[in-house]
Amino acid sequence: MEPVKIKENLYQIPVTDWNVRDFHGYSVYNGTTYNAYLSLGEKNTLFDTAKKGFSEEFFGMISKIIEPKDIDYIVVNHAEPDHSGLLTEAVEKIKPEKIFLSSACQKAIIDHYHKTDWPFEIVKDGQEFSIGSRTVHFLETRMLHWPDSCFSYLKEDEILISSDAFGHHWASSGRYDDEVDNAELMRHSKKYFANILLPYAPMAEKLLSKVASMNLSIKMICPDHGVMWRKDPVSIINKYKEWSSKDLSLKGKKATIFYDTMWHSTEKMADSIFDGLKSKGFDVDIMNIRVNHRSDIMTQILDSSVVVAGSPTLNNGIMPTVSDMLCYMRGLKPSGKIGGCFGSYGWSGEAVKEISEYMTKAGLKLLDEQLKIKYVPSNEDLVLCKEYGIKLADKFESTIQGE
Amino acid sequence: MDTKFVCSICGYEYDPANGDDNADIAPGTPFENLPDDWVCPVCGVGKDQFEPAE
Repeated sequence: MEPVKIKENLYQIPVTDWNVRDFHGYSVYNGTTYNAYLSLGEKNTLFDTAKKGFSEEFFGMISKIIEPKDIDYIVVNHAEPDHSGLLTEAVEKIKPEKIFLSSACQKAIIDHYHKTDWPFEIVKDGQEFSIGSRTVHFLETRMLHWPDSCFSYLKEDEILISSDAFGHHWASSGRYDDEVDNAELMRHSKKYFANILLPYAPMAEKLLSKVASMNLSIKMICPDHGVMWRKDPVSIINKYKEWSSKDLSLKGKKATIFYDTMWHSTEKMADSIFDGLKSKGFDVDIMNIRVNHRSDIMTQILDSSVVVAGSPTLNNGIMPTVSDMLCYMRGLKPSGKIGGCFGSYGWSGEAVKEISEYMTKAGLKLLDEQLKIKYVPSNEDLVLCKEYGIKLADKFESTIQGE
Repeated sequence: MDTKFVCSICGYEYDPANGDDNADIAPGTPFENLPDDWVCPVCGVGKDQFEPAE
C-alpha cells in the first residue's frame, strides 16, 4: 500500500488492518487503520508507529519515502500497543537522535518495552520544539484516553496530529473525510467515542474549551485511526462537544432498552416499557443482547437520555449476558442519564437489584421503583410495564426542568 | 489544611474546598481525611498516587 502525501514533506503512513473484527471487546465490522505520520525536513520526524505484526507494511511504506535510518526524531503521542507496537523495531532501524514524549508517556513506554536507555526527550504540555522547517506545539491530553495521550500540533501547517481522539475504526480506501460517505464516517466516529472516550467526557470537554481559548487555527485533524478531517474538521470537534455533554435536554427524548430473556417474559416487559416511553414521544430502541454487540448497544446509549436494562433471574442472579453488558457500561460511565431496571423471575428475583447496583455505579439516575414480574406477565402486568415507561419519561422531564 | 493534591497519573486536582460530591466527600474535607478507599474520580487510582500541588 502507498503512503499518503498530505502536502509537501508531510505524509500519512496508513497501516490498514482489514481483518480485525474484535478490538479488545469492541466490534469493528469494517476493520481499522493504524496511522503514523512522517514529516521531512532538517530533522525527519516520525509521529507514532503501528501495531506489532504490521512491520513489513509499515517500514515498506516509509521506505517509499525515505530510508528509515534517515529519520532523526520519533514523537510518541500514545503508548498503547496499536501505535507503539513497532517502536522497538523502529528504534533499532532508525537509531533516533531523540524520542519526544510526555513524562507520563515515557513511564508507560518503559513499562511496555523495558528500555531505559532510549534517547528520551521529555516534553511538557504547551512546549514547542523545532523539527527544522516545522514547529511542533505539544499538548498533553491526559485520559483522552490514557494518562500518556498527547497531541502534536504542527504550527506552521495548522495541522493537528490528534492520536486516538477524533479517530474511528474503519478501514476504507478513502483517506480524507471528503473521500468517504459522511453519514458512515459519523457513525463510526460516534461508536469510537462511545466505546473509548466516554468515561473521559469531562476531560474532553475541558480540553475542547482549552483549545478554543488558545485560538489554535486547525486546518486539518490527523487521527491515528481512520480518515483525516480536512474538509470539515470543525464538524467532528462540534460532535465531540455534543457527545461529551451530560445535558439531557441536548439528547432529547431518546431511550435505549437492552435485555436478555429466557422464556420471552422479560422481552414482553421490554415491549410494554417501549410503549410507555413511545406514548410520551420518545424515540426508543430495543436491543436484545443476544443479537446486538455490547459496543453497538453502547453507541445507542451515548445518544440516549433514558437507559433501561432487563434481565430474568437465573439461578438467583442476573443472566451472564446482561452482566457482561452492564460491566462494560459501568466502565464507560454514561453518567447523568435516567435509568430503569426490570425483569421476570420465578421465586426469588435477585436480578433486578443486581442490575440497579451496576447502573448506580455507572452513574445513572435510577427511578426508585424497580419492575419485577413473576413468571409470565399478565395483561395487567403489562399495563404496569407501560406505566413504568411513562414514569421514566416523567423523570426525564422533571430532570431537564431542574437542570 | 487546604492543600490541593494532584493525581500523578491523570492530573486530576483534589481541591478540599470542593470535596468530591460523587463519593459523598463534603466540601472542606482535607486530603488527609479522605477515606483510605477513596480513589481518583477520573482514573481510579488510590490516594498513594497523589502529590501535593506545587
